[in-house]
Amino acid sequence: MCAELICLVLDSFEGLLGSGFKGRDIISITDFDREDLQELFERAYRLERFSRSKLDVLKDKVMALAFFEPSTRTRMSFETAMKRLGGSTIGFTSEEATSIAKGETLGDTIRMLDAYSDIIVIRHRLEGAAKYAAEIASVPVINAGDGKQHHPTQAMIDLYTIWRLKGTIDGLVYGVLGDLKYARTTASFTLALGLFKPKVIYLISHPLLRMRESVKEYLRSKGIKFVEVENLDDVIEELDVLYVVRIQKERFPDPSEYEKVKGSYMVTLKTLAKAKKDLIILHPLPRVDEIDRRIDQTPHAAYFKQAAWGVPVRMALLTLIFDVEV
Amino acid sequence: MKKELIVSKIKNGTVIDHIPAGKALTVLRILGITGREGTMVAIVMNVESKKLGKKDIVKIENRELTPKETDLIALIAPTATINIVRNFTVVEKRKVVVPKIIRGLLRCPNPTCVTRVEPVESVFETISINPLILRCAYCGSELRGEDIEQQLLGQQT
Repeated sequence: MCAELICLVLDSFEGLLGSGFKGRDIISITDFDREDLQELFERAYRLERFSRSKLDVLKDKVMALAFFEPSTRTRMSFETAMKRLGGSTIGFTSEEATSIAKGETLGDTIRMLDAYSDIIVIRHRLEGAAKYAAEIASVPVINAGDGKQHHPTQAMIDLYTIWRLKGTIDGLVYGVLGDLKYARTTASFTLALGLFKPKVIYLISHPLLRMRESVKEYLRSKGIKFVEVENLDDVIEELDVLYVVRIQKERFPDPSEYEKVKGSYMVTLKTLAKAKKDLIILHPLPRVDEIDRRIDQTPHAAYFKQAAWGVPVRMALLTLIFDVEV
Repeated sequence: MKKELIVSKIKNGTVIDHIPAGKALTVLRILGITGREGTMVAIVMNVESKKLGKKDIVKIENRELTPKETDLIALIAPTATINIVRNFTVVEKRKVVVPKIIRGLLRCPNPTCVTRVEPVESVFETISINPLILRCAYCGSELRGEDIEQQLLGQQT
């Protein structure tokens, strides 16, 4: 009988909100609160001066980099952060070079990395892969991107960049532009803003690329004001921070859907003519054609600083997870 | 005036009352009851109810529902009440409770959820009871009333 085969368990998810980083998995930005992030930012700021030198606080630690999907900045900045702290790294950067190509399950790969390392950083095309890995592994697991769902350490870097350049995250007007449907970075960034008090968030996208409902629901639950609009031009004058992402071509289940939205937005110098002088533009990179390269030379461009600060933020995160003083 | 019973009392078994009108057959299918078991099964549909306006009732002789089966009914008939009958007397009354967490029963609708590809048991968190909305603990995708019912019925065939 089917009903006897099923398992319904009365249970509850135990929240770890606000309990710091020590020994924790980093799966979603919403697992943390603003005090946690404030602690992270202050430590990252102290560690900026070590971004080009070497400490030995993690000299006996090994980081496993399990990148089942391509990555440039995230993987290299994790690797740099670990090495700057005196630790070492192992890992792979595609499924082809591993036993996964022979049919090994994700679970078995994680069990192996759990035995070989002290912390696992995972990027995977499937939503929930990092959470699943964290359930299997005894060592902490950091989600470096699971499908279109979360990218919590990118959100930490995004907010750190705003905190560094604006001195605050609260009270600002935000625009989040682009592929809000498939980009995990915009989801994590918007969720992260929900931990603070933004004045308003404009979610700017083509109607086919709207932010997923669960993220909007989260904002509503936090009492955050947000408005969905289609054109950047309509709100550019108000913005303090503009977050831009590329269209995530690889995540479109239907290529014809991609064709409909391809090239549907671009930030140009003309767009910025009406912008506040101190507007900052963030982008998790890589970019394709959504930001005119001439903007790189303007004070608005914060995306290369943002990429550079990936190292001190990830250094800070690792020292907090391993609970070492710096 | 004394109320008359449409269906006679059962000696031993389970009475499921306050089923939303029209859902009685679904409840039976969920429980895997086909009528070929040989025991008496009574179904009353669309009777008046103070609480629901209209309701269905199911009486199953010689079978006491387990707590797990009670939880299962909660997913399609959250208003239902369960009476366990022994020797014509109600010995236990149960209110169905929608579980906070539902493991292994339902399939995530998202084809790129880890539970759809890897050998991982699905886990759903109940985020709303009325209307019933469940959320995948791995990918955040939602399952709503009708989808849940379709899935549960699909498993019976």
